Amino acid sequence: MKKTYKLQDLDCANCAAKMEDAIGRLDGVSSARVNFMTQKLTIEAEPSNLDSVLDEAQRICSGIEPDCVIVR
Amino acid sequence: MTPKQKRWRNRIVVALALFFAILACEATGLIERIFGDQALYAEFVLFLVPYLIAGYDVLAEAAKKLARGHALDESFLMTVATLGAFALILFPHTEPHMAEGAAVMLFYQVGELFQSYAVGKSRKSIAAMMDIAPEFANIMEGDELVQVDPSNVKPGQQIVVQPGERIPLDGVVVSGDSQVDTAALTGESAPRHAEPGEEVISGCINLTGALTVRVTKPYADSTVARILDLVENASEKKARTESFITRFARVYTPVVVGLAAALAVLPPLAIGLATGALASSALWADWILRGLTFLVVSCPCALVISVPLSFFGGIGGASRLGILVKGSNYLEALAKADTVVFDKTGTLTVGTFSVTAIHGEGATTEEELLRIAAHAEAFSTHPIATSVREAYAGPIDRACIREVEEVGGHGIKAIVDEHEVLVGNDKLMGAHDVDCKECQLVGTIIHVAVDGVYAGHIVIADMVKPAARQAIADLHRAGVRRTVMLTGDRADVAKAVASDLAIDELHAELLPADKVGCVEAMMRDRGEDARGKLAFVGDGINDAPVLMRADIGIAMGALGSDAAIEAADVVLMDDDPTSIARAMGVARKTMAIVWQNIVFALGVKFAVLVLAAFGIANMWMAVFADVGVAVIAILNAMRAMHVRRR
Repeated sequence: MKKTYKLQDLDCANCAAKMEDAIGRLDGVSSARVNFMTQKLTIEAEPSNLDSVLDEAQRICSGIEPDCVIVR
Repeated sequence: MTPKQKRWRNRIVVALALFFAILACEATGLIERIFGDQALYAEFVLFLVPYLIAGYDVLAEAAKKLARGHALDESFLMTVATLGAFALILFPHTEPHMAEGAAVMLFYQVGELFQSYAVGKSRKSIAAMMDIAPEFANIMEGDELVQVDPSNVKPGQQIVVQPGERIPLDGVVVSGDSQVDTAALTGESAPRHAEPGEEVISGCINLTGALTVRVTKPYADSTVARILDLVENASEKKARTESFITRFARVYTPVVVGLAAALAVLPPLAIGLATGALASSALWADWILRGLTFLVVSCPCALVISVPLSFFGGIGGASRLGILVKGSNYLEALAKADTVVFDKTGTLTVGTFSVTAIHGEGATTEEELLRIAAHAEAFSTHPIATSVREAYAGPIDRACIREVEEVGGHGIKAIVDEHEVLVGNDKLMGAHDVDCKECQLVGTIIHVAVDGVYAGHIVIADMVKPAARQAIADLHRAGVRRTVMLTGDRADVAKAVASDLAIDELHAELLPADKVGCVEAMMRDRGEDARGKLAFVGDGINDAPVLMRADIGIAMGALGSDAAIEAADVVLMDDDPTSIARAMGVARKTMAIVWQNIVFALGVKFAVLVLAAFGIANMWMAVFADVGVAVIAILNAMRAMHVRRR
């Protein structure tokens, strides 16, 4: 299932690239895109563990850019 | 500026004022007069104040990231570089570097703030450019007009669009008469006329009179929603240049940091051992400073921001001309297009055929011939069938038509009034052993046979678009080496059009399936390593397979045609063939900007790295190579979205 979320306070393009890379490597995620320009995260993952994937993704984002929040 | 940016700016202003005040005190010798022997330590503390005011958040972030194991982060490296500069005080009797440490942090922050502002600004102006989303729809409730959210309106409902308002949903005009401005969608400045029965498209602006429109599509499927979706998602399909930069960025930082570490330790060790001056603090301080300078240049930000920003701007700018590019990769490919293949009908010609002559054979009258043909083609959606039906004024009696069979690229076989009727080209006649007559007129000849006996033919011609000649000339001028026309028409008709338009190459009498083969052959012939790309231009009707097969599929006149928007990589909203050269222009400009930024950013960074290794570049230059270059690259990238409107 493919879902798109808004990313708040994503300020750095290099960070966006790092997030994309790290989220894409999470278990259960088949693909991830972080679009710095439109400030959007697009995740393709199994619907059953989407919640836990998003928790993980948020942890990654906060780790790379502390202010950045995935709006669910 | 956002509140966050404003607070940030204020902090930097205060820190800058303090910094220059301290610098002035130092230069005039004031500090030395007050503190005497302790002047160096006083300076250390004094410079630490603006440093911390400007950069405390960077330090905090660096600490947080280190705790999480992201050591190679920009803020962390900047912290190491600047704190390192301060720490050089530990080497007594060497040149102090506190001012440089504070300055680097200050200018880093100035650059970061500007970067954040510029990116926010360009993001906003691109969003504003695509501000074609309607805010409300007017529906009648009783006697009153009520404003509702367009996404709550269902197909079949009627909406009222007042003059000056944006048409919120696709639909058909029920009543009213007005001019509609399609510029936001097509880039075309001449308004279109809308009257009852006519389709109108969301995103256009109603100019002169109120229109009542019966909605035909829900908002999510309306033209405006689809276009916005398309342009927004276009930046997700990354160009090869973009992926290259991302990969490059991933290795650049670790390499530069590694070099910095090596530079700080190995040369002084080697020189020290060779000269016996291993304990010389000046030696160590010098090389450590060079290493720290490396750290300042270790972020690939200028590239990582400006390259996608250029593509985003280029796609946004193109959309303003009514050219939708579905991905950065297609924009990149379009810039390299050197072969443009046209499917003649609908791109170079108007695509509406009209009957220009009717020649009955033997006892068959013209009216009778047209009546038979119109009946046989009664159910066909082929443009030729439409024009035959249009030419036939009388009523079509569907009850007398049976067993209609369309033979692709040949014509139609049907039973009309209990007679077996063949309507189609000479191939169809040949296949059924009917002798047909040649016609001297230029155009598409439709032969008609009844019960295996030749009954005559109808001549249908298509008109060449007025701008087609110009379009081909524009393409040649833009560097396209080869223009090709594909058509199902007869060779002599096609030849007349091709020579009139000065097209280089012609393939006529093709079946729809042949067109794919033809394009594939062209792509094969030019070899695997060819840099030039092949663009195929079609009208989106019946040519989806070719659109998908070509390097770049361009659909024309796609306003309101879902199939074309779906299959193509580049969608021209209007049907003006000169838009192709314009799209190439935007693509070329974008790619030029991208390469300017790559060369400039890498050039400056590399130069500063080399100079720093030899001890020529100082930290001031390094901070310019970091944020200064990023800011310049961003400003350059913003040029991509400025396109000249027609």
